[in-house]
Amino acid sequence: MEVKNSEDNTRIAEDVLIQVEHLKKYFPIKGGVLKHTVGHVKAVDDVSLTIKKGETLGIVGESGSGKSTLGRMIIRLLEPTEGKIYFENDDITDLSNRKMRPYRKDMQIVFQDPFASLNSKMSVSELIEEPLLIQTDLTKKERKEKALNLLEKVGLRADDRNKYPHEFSGGQRQRISIARALAINPKFVIGDEPVSALDVSIQAQVLNLMADLQDEFGLTYLFIAHDLSVVKHISDRVAVMYLGRIVEIAPKDDIYNNPLHPYTQALLSSVPVTDLSKKSEKIVLEGDLPSPSDPPSGCAFRTRCPLAHDRCTTERPHLLNRDNGHSVACHLHDNK
Amino acid sequence: MTNSTVLSVEGLKTYFYLDDNEIAKAVDHVDFAIEPGETLALVGESGSGKSITSLSIMNLIEKPGKIVDGAIYLNGKNIVDLSDKKMTDIRGKEVGMIFQEPMTALNPVYTVGNQIIEVLRKHKKMSSSVAKKRAIELLKLVGFPRAEETIKEHPHQLSGGMRQRVMIAIAIACEPKLLIADEPTTALDVTIQAQILDLIDEMKHKFDMGVLLITHDLGVVAEYADRVLVMYGGQIVESATKQTLFNDPKHPYTNGLLASLPSLDKQTDRLGAIKGTVPPAHRFPKGCRFSTRCPHVMEKCLHANPDLIPESDGHEVRCHLFK
Repeated sequence: MEVKNSEDNTRIAEDVLIQVEHLKKYFPIKGGVLKHTVGHVKAVDDVSLTIKKGETLGIVGESGSGKSTLGRMIIRLLEPTEGKIYFENDDITDLSNRKMRPYRKDMQIVFQDPFASLNSKMSVSELIEEPLLIQTDLTKKERKEKALNLLEKVGLRADDRNKYPHEFSGGQRQRISIARALAINPKFVIGDEPVSALDVSIQAQVLNLMADLQDEFGLTYLFIAHDLSVVKHISDRVAVMYLGRIVEIAPKDDIYNNPLHPYTQALLSSVPVTDLSKKSEKIVLEGDLPSPSDPPSGCAFRTRCPLAHDRCTTERPHLLNRDNGHSVACHLHDNK
Repeated sequence: MTNSTVLSVEGLKTYFYLDDNEIAKAVDHVDFAIEPGETLALVGESGSGKSITSLSIMNLIEKPGKIVDGAIYLNGKNIVDLSDKKMTDIRGKEVGMIFQEPMTALNPVYTVGNQIIEVLRKHKKMSSSVAKKRAIELLKLVGFPRAEETIKEHPHQLSGGMRQRVMIAIAIACEPKLLIADEPTTALDVTIQAQILDLIDEMKHKFDMGVLLITHDLGVVAEYADRVLVMYGGQIVESATKQTLFNDPKHPYTNGLLASLPSLDKQTDRLGAIKGTVPPAHRFPKGCRFSTRCPHVMEKCLHANPDLIPESDGHEVRCHLFK
């Protein structure tokens, strides 16, 4: 691996794996006969965060909150409109595909739909060996061995290796996706709704597997999901996104026991729980998510916020640290 | 079954006849009843038979599937053998239906108003002006303050939650005694889910309907159901009031499901996953259908499928551990 471009070696703290600064992704909206750009969908609008080595950062948000777009930008599957992405100490924001290649080995992603993300014409062993072929110098025999080893690690049988994806259930396919992601020993794995398509009993199997693999290989996870209970289970810290922005980020216990942002409070209160003795007051939000092409001025949440006041219309609240790693973007919590 | 029972399903069997002479017993002897004002939840994972049960009630089973046995009493009348034409009169009139995906359930080329008015004209024989007035009332009832404008809009102009509100307006247009809601909020975000489930509950009380709520989400069951049927392998494995089911679950499958759920309140290091996967409906194991995944499996379970037997008043379990 030749020189990674790093202008400033002291930029990032030792224990940080990923740092993003003021990341934005605006998708142009084309209109008219000449297909001029008539506006922008602000899918991600000024997000900064860090992910520490070995931790799991969960990102929750509803559809259209920008959580998947953010994940894809971090591993350079989407080009950011603005902002910086650092991996370990290196600025990877503008690397060419060729220069990006050594970093690709360190970052992998597991998608939601294991029916769409696995090539149906490749056998399981081909699927798992493909990344090894591209990224390593292993011989054919070594690749076979490694693939077998991985199959076992993710709870599949050795004689499954010659089967094709359609012969497996959804949960088993997700295990194959995980084996494929882990084949080249990445440091960082994004799970983009990796268990959302699975039944609960299977979801539990896959979540347990991901936790085991994290321990065994010292992985760092970015876990994107809409299910708050799942995110709570797997994460160390949790960020809540709304309309392309992080509205609150904190260690998981802080955010779940003491949510500060009105949106986080409403979101948590909306989750139906199975504990019948715990019937808390639900905060039912009015209306729908506004369009990300025309977000409200000031605070993006103000149109649905039960506590909005004048200042929320005019001034966008910044994500500020209130208390020991608990940050919230809300005017109600200024000066506290 | 009492005189007021809205729906009574007795010994329902819906089988699918596959190629090479295999039979998928998707629904295999299911019994239950719903009273007015009651929400009965049918809960289970993919392949448990819960949706086939609801499609059977509406007589929407297509080849190679067939209702092979059983009776379905809707407001006291057996509808299992009715002709397609007669069923068309019943669907939408005596049974309201809400499905998971409102975008595919609504017709994209007609306005919202057209689709409500069509139901009222067909089933209630209203004139178009009366039907239009009623459509506006119904839209207001389900939470469209600007209903006069909403009736002119097309489904693609609405959000997912608003489309589901339109579906509810259509479902209750003829004031049916039974509402079938098949995963009504699965495609919706959690804050919108709360709005829609609250609305269904409100409509249930307003029209004194019986609601059959089909869902995979035990949280939704805990907040909105009165009684619960847990389905596995085409059969009911546990039937209880909501309180009993969550406070004193008996069947190993019910316990497994509850242990699989990550909790918002408690922190557990490992989830109690159920091993293996749901067997396909043409490959159910001999004996108890849960035996391949059950942590308490005994010799007996491999040979004989247990009956659904009363464990206590109103609580039934299909398991050899209990008798």
